Amino acid sequence: MQDLLPEDMVRFRRIEDTFRACCRNWGYQEVRTPTLEYLYLFTATGTLTPSMLSKVYSFLDWDGWSGERVVLRPDGTIPVARLYIDNLSGQESARLFYVTDIFAFEGTGKENRERWQCGAEFFGGAKLAPDVEIILLAEEVIRRLGISNVGLRLSHAGLVKALLKEFKLNPGEEAKMMSRILEGDWQALTKVKSITPEVDRLMAALLGLKGKSSSFLHNIKASFPKASHDFKSSLEDLINIATLLDNLGCSYKIDIAAIHGFEYYTGVCFQFLAAGEKIGGGGRYNSLVPLMNGEDIPACGFALYVDPIMKLLPLEKEKKGKSGILVKGKELTPEIVKACFTVAESLREAGHTAELDFAGREESSYRWVISVSGKEPSPFVLKDCIQRRPRYIGASVAEIIKMVSEG
Amino acid sequence: MKDYQAGYIKFALPKGRFLSPTANLLAEIGLGFEGYGDKTKQYRLCSARFPGLSAKILQEKDIPIQVSVGNYDLGICGLDWIEELLAKYPAGALVKIASLNYGEGGVHVVAGAQAGITSLDDLSARRSDCRIVSEYPNLAEALALNLRMRRFRIFPVWGAAEAYPPENADLAVLWGKSRAHIATQGLIPLEKLLPVTAFLIANRESLESKDLSRILMCFNSKLTAEPQASIENELDSSKKLRVSCSSWPAKDVNLALPDGHQQAPTAQFLKRAGLALQGYSEEVVSRRPSADLDWLGVKVIRPQDMPLQVANRNFDLAITGEDWLREHLYRFPSSPVKKLFALGFGTVKIVAAVSQEMPVNNIDELRSLVQSRKFASLKVASEYINIADKYLRDNRISPYKLIPTWGASEAFLPEDADMLIDNVQTGQTLKQHKLKIIDVLFRSSACIIANKDSLVSSDKKEKMEFLTQKLRAGL
Repeated sequence: MQDLLPEDMVRFRRIEDTFRACCRNWGYQEVRTPTLEYLYLFTATGTLTPSMLSKVYSFLDWDGWSGERVVLRPDGTIPVARLYIDNLSGQESARLFYVTDIFAFEGTGKENRERWQCGAEFFGGAKLAPDVEIILLAEEVIRRLGISNVGLRLSHAGLVKALLKEFKLNPGEEAKMMSRILEGDWQALTKVKSITPEVDRLMAALLGLKGKSSSFLHNIKASFPKASHDFKSSLEDLINIATLLDNLGCSYKIDIAAIHGFEYYTGVCFQFLAAGEKIGGGGRYNSLVPLMNGEDIPACGFALYVDPIMKLLPLEKEKKGKSGILVKGKELTPEIVKACFTVAESLREAGHTAELDFAGREESSYRWVISVSGKEPSPFVLKDCIQRRPRYIGASVAEIIKMVSEG
Repeated sequence: MKDYQAGYIKFALPKGRFLSPTANLLAEIGLGFEGYGDKTKQYRLCSARFPGLSAKILQEKDIPIQVSVGNYDLGICGLDWIEELLAKYPAGALVKIASLNYGEGGVHVVAGAQAGITSLDDLSARRSDCRIVSEYPNLAEALALNLRMRRFRIFPVWGAAEAYPPENADLAVLWGKSRAHIATQGLIPLEKLLPVTAFLIANRESLESKDLSRILMCFNSKLTAEPQASIENELDSSKKLRVSCSSWPAKDVNLALPDGHQQAPTAQFLKRAGLALQGYSEEVVSRRPSADLDWLGVKVIRPQDMPLQVANRNFDLAITGEDWLREHLYRFPSSPVKKLFALGFGTVKIVAAVSQEMPVNNIDELRSLVQSRKFASLKVASEYINIADKYLRDNRISPYKLIPTWGASEAFLPEDADMLIDNVQTGQTLKQHKLKIIDVLFRSSACIIANKDSLVSSDKKEKMEFLTQKLRAGL
């Protein structure tokens, strides 16, 4: 569990505001789903691995005698897919985004159990263009946040699944192997005994090389003419997306291992890395909506992980500091208190931040200090804490506003 | 309170099924504890040989938890309760040292004979809701997740899981002596999840920092890393099984009757009421007694489980204790279960008790003591966690920690808990353990509970009225 302190919230809001602004500019609409969802929503699709499901916080609801359990939202995409099916499925396509926290049970008590993410999902739409759209949208958010040295990794879930099929495992073993791959354990695949020389060659090419353009994928296609139909069609899909990205000047690396965590992906998958950490990821998940008893609607989306991104942003104090105004009452008499609140209100109406103080607070961190005494005709003394100008005794409210506005 | 005194070692020993074999083993390897035997009335034992070694007798279920939290350095209990804890908390502080190679049977996944499930593969493919009843809810959940069941509900029970399928559950995860033994109960054994052997376990930190070697050395001759699969079990699984598949026609009204302590007085009461039952008397235990009313279904289950099972309409009526009804209603205030009338037998008091050493005589004094920060947090052991929780909240005791137990909470005081909330008949047991009652929460006796919706449902109403009239006559 972690607190977000004022300086953390400045960074948090910067990420959130940048993300919101970008999404709106691309025509996405914001949604929010409940923190509590039914457990079966996440088991029903069969798309979260057992190890992910074993980490959900689940408990009995008010009607717990029914045996039905609720969970603290363990994933961002599935609830938004539910929201789309329940409420918006009449629309041909929907561009939705959200800022949300997700929860994962954590056995040691040392790591964070609540993580924030900014996500966007595109339901419906034509082929290819939405994949490129979400990649470029995510990339734009990261760019506008000023994070440098960001790597984009591309993979393809269909390609991984077709590759796995080449090993000719029984369905149980194949499912287990897929879970291990999704947990990042590609080594498991190299230990499979039934591996043929042709598959070995394919593995070496895909795991050993990191392509930098669609040409690499064309090379793969040419080198493995005997690959399965599924493999070829997934490869073709990835080639088309890579070509579009090439044409748009978006640089990336092809890394088949850049598929992680979610079984619901069916097509292109991508990850963003910065400073050695994953800061976002997403992909195409065409079967999720039908699996949830929705119509056969293709979809894709991504999420940016707020917690690692926050660490990459510079610390900045909230813009109070040297620009703020402190209104100090010398005593707590009714007249002084009234005068203080009145001048502070006028300042706020004029667009300034005005803080009240009756306890003799340290003045050094403010740009201006207005001391308020009971004296007539004007009770205000204005002090400029930066330019060390002489104090202005007896200023009127209008004069104060004029001076602080001019700086 | 953890004792860091060098050389001071605490051992948690099981009661129940593993008591005799554990006592024999300990005697054999020279680690005997005086008074650890079938007739023991005490909970605290001292080692005859090692002055720094003491032991406590606990409910087996409590042992992995107590060792894991560090109240005990070592413990012996069945693998089933260890795995039940590890299924949910794999990163905890519990270390399995070795199997002690005694024990019986295993934890099995079983299906009701009429549920149409004959293998685990049937479950993965199944799209409809699957109800799983178990004393091992964590193991049951891990199973459901690993099978990637699309939709499932887990009903944790205190016991008698075998009584639920097929009508009241699709699957059960339960202990069984063998597959053949399970089949005789009218259930289909699908898979054995693990063998139930006794295990020596330790607390991770104790093992890492404390010298336990003298004790561990005693076990040298008995340690094997893996439990030996018994030949009998292997034979058992290769045999073709015939499941005695009697059919259980659906009944109009379903009644749950208690096993355990409440069975004898309940049987007498039913006799007085003139409800003739075959298979439910003071001596005979059958999970499915038959009634002379052809529309009445009867099952024998744990009284603790009844309110929830009546709420979910697995049963329309049940005989349970008022304590367990309250425990349920405190947790689920809008539950459709209500008490029809008390039966006057099986009366107990639900009390709050503390050590005689504690300088308080009532709950107000205890509150002051807790407020004075004498305790980091008042530790309260109880088998009624919702009743205890409400009592502590209502009395503004803060901060407190609840330690759920499976009965015999008195064993926890004073080392592992500061207070207990439990039922007593005479209070003698508490006195023997140097405890004193500081408050009586309420009195509880056996009662009839019913589902409110069943009481008004058109197809049950008349029969429910007939039955409750009949039962009232037994008062």
